[in-house]
Amino acid sequence: MRKGCSKFFLEDERQFERWNDSAIKSLKAEFKLFKDVVVLSLMHPWERDARLLKKALKKGPPHYNVIVEIACTRSSDQLLGARKAYHSLFDRSIEEDLASHVKGSERKLLVALVSAYRYEGPKEKEDAAKSEAKALLNAIKNNNGDHKKKAMEEDEVIWILTTRSKPHLKVVYEQYKKISAKTITEDLEVELLLKETVECLCTPQTYFTRVFDSALREDAKENAKKALTRLVATQEDVDLKGIAAKFEDKIKERVKGAYKDVLLGVLADDRK
Amino acid sequence: MKLGWIKRINVMKVVLYALSYMHHDFSPPIVHPDISSKNILLDLDNEVHISGLWHCQASKTHPTSIKSNGAVYGVPKEDNFLTRTLWEIQKEIKEEEAMATLTVPTTVPSVSEDCEQLRKAFSGWGTNEGLIIDILGHRNAEQRNLIRKTYAETYGEDLLKALDKELSNDFERLVLLWALDPAERDALLANEATKRWTSSNQVLMEIACTRSANQLLHARQAYHARYKKSLEEDVAHHTTGDFRKLLLPLVSSYRYEGEEVNMTLAKTEAKLLHEKISDKAYSDDDIIRVLATRSKAQINATLNHYKNEYGNDINKDLKADPKDEFLALLRSTVKCLVYPEKYFEKVLRLAINRRGTDEGALTRVVCTRAEVDLKIIADEYQRRNSVPLTRAIVKDTHGDYEKLLLVLAGHVEN
Repeated sequence: MRKGCSKFFLEDERQFERWNDSAIKSLKAEFKLFKDVVVLSLMHPWERDARLLKKALKKGPPHYNVIVEIACTRSSDQLLGARKAYHSLFDRSIEEDLASHVKGSERKLLVALVSAYRYEGPKEKEDAAKSEAKALLNAIKNNNGDHKKKAMEEDEVIWILTTRSKPHLKVVYEQYKKISAKTITEDLEVELLLKETVECLCTPQTYFTRVFDSALREDAKENAKKALTRLVATQEDVDLKGIAAKFEDKIKERVKGAYKDVLLGVLADDRK
Repeated sequence: MKLGWIKRINVMKVVLYALSYMHHDFSPPIVHPDISSKNILLDLDNEVHISGLWHCQASKTHPTSIKSNGAVYGVPKEDNFLTRTLWEIQKEIKEEEAMATLTVPTTVPSVSEDCEQLRKAFSGWGTNEGLIIDILGHRNAEQRNLIRKTYAETYGEDLLKALDKELSNDFERLVLLWALDPAERDALLANEATKRWTSSNQVLMEIACTRSANQLLHARQAYHARYKKSLEEDVAHHTTGDFRKLLLPLVSSYRYEGEEVNMTLAKTEAKLLHEKISDKAYSDDDIIRVLATRSKAQINATLNHYKNEYGNDINKDLKADPKDEFLALLRSTVKCLVYPEKYFEKVLRLAINRRGTDEGALTRVVCTRAEVDLKIIADEYQRRNSVPLTRAIVKDTHGDYEKLLLVLAGHVEN
């Protein structure tokens, strides 16, 4: 194998074959992705989510989208399980830690998202949906000009997005589109975290597609690849297969080794 | 978690199965050196596991744990957060039973006997209320649930509907509330508290703060099942302003239940609370954050430090404006979190002393605490009012309503 990978090895002055440092780094990185997928997949889903939440919190604001992703794409019981696991692993509640460590305007939204225990049944209220769509529109429009308070800090916005059931929110989005010229995600381009919240709650495919896309680009950054790893290991949704199928060619082209097999495996059989 | 007979028999069954498997179906046989309640684990799905197998005399290839259905897999003892040992559960139950006032006879009639007797109580002219009191007043939540289920299977009717038809007024309300499973009861009370004519921020806060994290969770689950929406939605929808700011996080909370306390944190948060209160920023995000997310033990430590450092009980400092309803709710919240028996004593005192008793409050407190800590509340009542709770109840109520209240409060006829 060493003979075959001769470009990694340089003969330095002492005629000693050694690895090029940057080559070592990139090799480690590639295997790290594979290792991450494996470790994540083997953990109990609740423990996995609890650890991911803790890590995201520790790493700070650029990683808060992970918190949004977990809080919004898990079912009510899965999110609850993650909260239970967090108690056991870290001797605190996730709500406490979020509330005391997140300092910025995202605090209210994140704490409320993580505390949600949504009803999962199909009943929706059309009238309530109409008035809530209006309330959301007001909050968003009023704040595109005024920078003092972001939409994600508005109490109305928060309670609508964090207590209503997902089917109900879908109806709210439809109503929103009727009264605004655009969809709610288009109107939220300015506030990324809120946009991702809205996406993950009812149209997760859009979010997943974006993650796949950024990860499989030529110049994909570490974080993008990590995001893909996380998705692949944690989402058991059928939606993921459909999206992965679209990217099948890119996967075969850009990804190497064991990691590629895992990604392609997502496409193949019934993943548990 | 309650350990009813059915659960106990299940535990025994699994342990015996596992022992049989280890002794006879495994080669060479595994001898477990310590089958005790400290080595029997129950997880959240009520699956029974036996741990401690690696201490067994056996070959290196023996399993580390055996699951209820006989499947074998490894579960290291310390890390599985989903399980608790039987020993811990039994300890918790003993502690709970010491504070409850409900008395259950040592030999309980069979469920079908109970159902038959209840059916008899309704039949013919009028109702035999005494019989209803004698039976339901001496059964715990698990037993009552079983009675309801069996009654429905046997007579094709929900026991509660039958009771509703036959009884009236305060007595009926008491029986119906009492007969419900605690989680359902909390869901019902919470739902009433969000409705316009019966709305009560106090009841919502009471439920959110005096129940354990898991009890509150079960109430929220029961709410989903019964009302096809979440409690959080309804609270958000039906409360406004500062009240919503406080109640929504309280109702959504899932506090850590451990006893660990961080004293440095207690100091910083006590300081923070003091600053905000001094600025009269009573509905400030930070005050609400501390009260709604910290564990009860941590809040207790913080408030103790507050008193040590600033001289006053936090509730004294929160009395700036006696007419302010939000402040009153805030003070009650603190009480519920840190010394609930004092909170309940006050509710009872106000309910009983009023010209004309507040039966709603009296019923609610007795029903929801009889299986939890009514004994402690009654002690507190006597201390504060120089009269036993049962005597106050006798003085202020009458008829079957009074009788059932007394039974639930553990009063023994002499």
